[in-house]
Amino acid sequence: MRPSLAGWWFAGPALAVLAVFFVVPVAAAFVLSLTDFDIYAIADPANLRLVWLHNYVQLLKTPLFWKALGNTLYFVVVGVPLSIAVSLATAVLLDSELARFKGAFRTALFAPVVTTVVAVAVVWRNLFHARYGWVNHALGAIGLGPVDWLGDPHWSMPAIILFAVWKNFGINMIIFVAALQAIPRELYEAARIEGANAAQQFRHVTLPLLAPTMLMVAVVTMAGYFQLFAEPYVMTQGGPLQSTVSVLYLMYEQGFKWWSLGVASAVAFALFALMLACTALLLRTARRRMVAWGST
Amino acid sequence: MRIRARWAWPALALMLCACSRPPDELTFWAMGRESEVVAELLPEFERTHPGVHVSLHQLPWTGAHAKLLTAFVGDATPDVAQLGNTWIPELAALHALEPLSARVRGSAAVQPPDYFAGIWDTNVIGGVLYGVPWYVDTRLLFYRTDLLKKAGYDAPPDDWNQWRRTMSALKAQAGPDRFSILLPLNEFEPLTALALQQKEPLLREGGGRGNFETAGFRKALGLYVEMFDRGWAPLVSEAQISNVWDEFGRGYFAYYISGPWNIGEFKRRLPPERSRDWMTAPLPGPDGPGASIAGGSSLVIFAASRRKSQAWQLIEYLSRPDVQERFRALTGDLPPRRSVWNLPALAADPYARAFRQQLERAKPAPKVPEWEHIEDELRLVGERAATGQMTVEQAARELDRRVDAILEKRRWMLARAGSGHGGP
Repeated sequence: MRPSLAGWWFAGPALAVLAVFFVVPVAAAFVLSLTDFDIYAIADPANLRLVWLHNYVQLLKTPLFWKALGNTLYFVVVGVPLSIAVSLATAVLLDSELARFKGAFRTALFAPVVTTVVAVAVVWRNLFHARYGWVNHALGAIGLGPVDWLGDPHWSMPAIILFAVWKNFGINMIIFVAALQAIPRELYEAARIEGANAAQQFRHVTLPLLAPTMLMVAVVTMAGYFQLFAEPYVMTQGGPLQSTVSVLYLMYEQGFKWWSLGVASAVAFALFALMLACTALLLRTARRRMVAWGST
Repeated sequence: MRIRARWAWPALALMLCACSRPPDELTFWAMGRESEVVAELLPEFERTHPGVHVSLHQLPWTGAHAKLLTAFVGDATPDVAQLGNTWIPELAALHALEPLSARVRGSAAVQPPDYFAGIWDTNVIGGVLYGVPWYVDTRLLFYRTDLLKKAGYDAPPDDWNQWRRTMSALKAQAGPDRFSILLPLNEFEPLTALALQQKEPLLREGGGRGNFETAGFRKALGLYVEMFDRGWAPLVSEAQISNVWDEFGRGYFAYYISGPWNIGEFKRRLPPERSRDWMTAPLPGPDGPGASIAGGSSLVIFAASRRKSQAWQLIEYLSRPDVQERFRALTGDLPPRRSVWNLPALAADPYARAFRQQLERAKPAPKVPEWEHIEDELRLVGERAATGQMTVEQAARELDRRVDAILEKRRWMLARAGSGHGGP
């Protein structure tokens, strides 16, 4: 048996699983996105029309799609860096030699990740309450006016971002803690001997050594944040004035509320293309950056 | 190989057990709270119908729609089901439901004239009956009697002009932080009810196009927008009102357009000193008491059922006035039959009285499968008009544009049916 053939035999089962559970459904969804599949088509396949790219063209002409895209990008562009910054900051604090009760803090900070979105969303809805919420009480205490977090279309997305960051930063924090612990202490010692202060140590020792972890965290977080759905679904139902409708929320409404599965598939592919482009861009800049770091 | 065979047989046996059912088992899908309560009514049915065993499946409302559609696609529909009456047009379009007209004609238990006409009508699609109303839902005014009295009115309003005057007086008395009426922006029901009060139908051309640029709809939307513009209603959605019962008790608003379940909630949740300060009233109309939504759930038989006569027996049993009265006592749901309303328990309830009057004027929404989507657009456009991003004229035009786009497929189907290619 030729070695290459043996290779195919070994890879075969995995490839078969991939084909059945990934390639075929994705291809079917793509075909679906070229049709106007809806409940009439469920009743009788004769009611199915092949519309080619009409769903995509129509989507690009729909203001709500652009609005959803804008909302999603807002969430990603603000939420991802904020989430990573909070994760890194808490991880550095937890990793500090001065920190006491590390186990307890780690557990407490990680706790939001394992809570149920729906349950904590109810709590956060009350925290964000315009008249009785603690967030506004706290703002009032430092002299800032009440904010109608979930009722004002300008503040609804920041409220969703705050909630999502609180809910998700724990998982990246744990990854950063592990990565920080892997940095040899001698490097800091050497830096201190060279006269580097804490900020310089962080900038020139910690950050470069965290770069691979950072890249992984950024890619995973970005992919996750592009799929914003549960937070607006339970907190605002896309409102007020559709200011928290995300692309995935739009897909859910089209597909599973109105059963326009053709349109919903088109939305899904548009989101897929966008995420692919953003991830590729991120990886490319990161690779260039790492090459740059490697050479200095 | 031998090991695998040894495990395969029990597994196969288990699968067969799971799939096969006793021949006389009737599957019944019900939703939400009703599905829990109806379990208490089934033993008597089984006792009086020997040989029929009912297998009850309880679905949560949120997943019920998807479950019904996947069951239809997978040929696994139940024999009988509870169905929200706005879903009937859709499942009828799928040819998933059994026509019931003939069975009702031969039935002593189900008497159409005893049912509220608007509610009964929601089950009739193209002249064919597909469901029997089980319980009803409509929207009307809940109001604070003490606040209205303080504003100078002893009775709730009958028509829009009186309603406007009371709201104006209530607002003057309430000050800037309190309001005359609560119309949550995430609810389509208040605006839908006002729109249904108009003479013009909401869709035209056999449900092929929107009909929102009419004088009637513009008047309805005009009143809706006016209530926000004049500060009578706060621009809030449910997410910002964490607890409507508390807020009602505090006097944050004096009118609230809501449904029958809130009778029980207000009785339970208002503080004792407020318990005599509220009442229900029919929804005011443009000139005199107006129409409102004909909502609720119906009982249907699926076309694929092989136990249709037993299924019909179950529907007849659940439609019996004495069973409906027990069901009402257990759930608080309002019955669709006038004879149940004449029984002492309901006739004596002062809070239910307005619902009885309103149900006589309940009006079905257009019966097209796309209606829930249209209703959502109605809410979204209503929200944009309420927040001042659109005028009433613009909103009506925009709504027609969106609804025409939603109904494009339906128009194509209607045209095809017209030219003899088989219908929707």
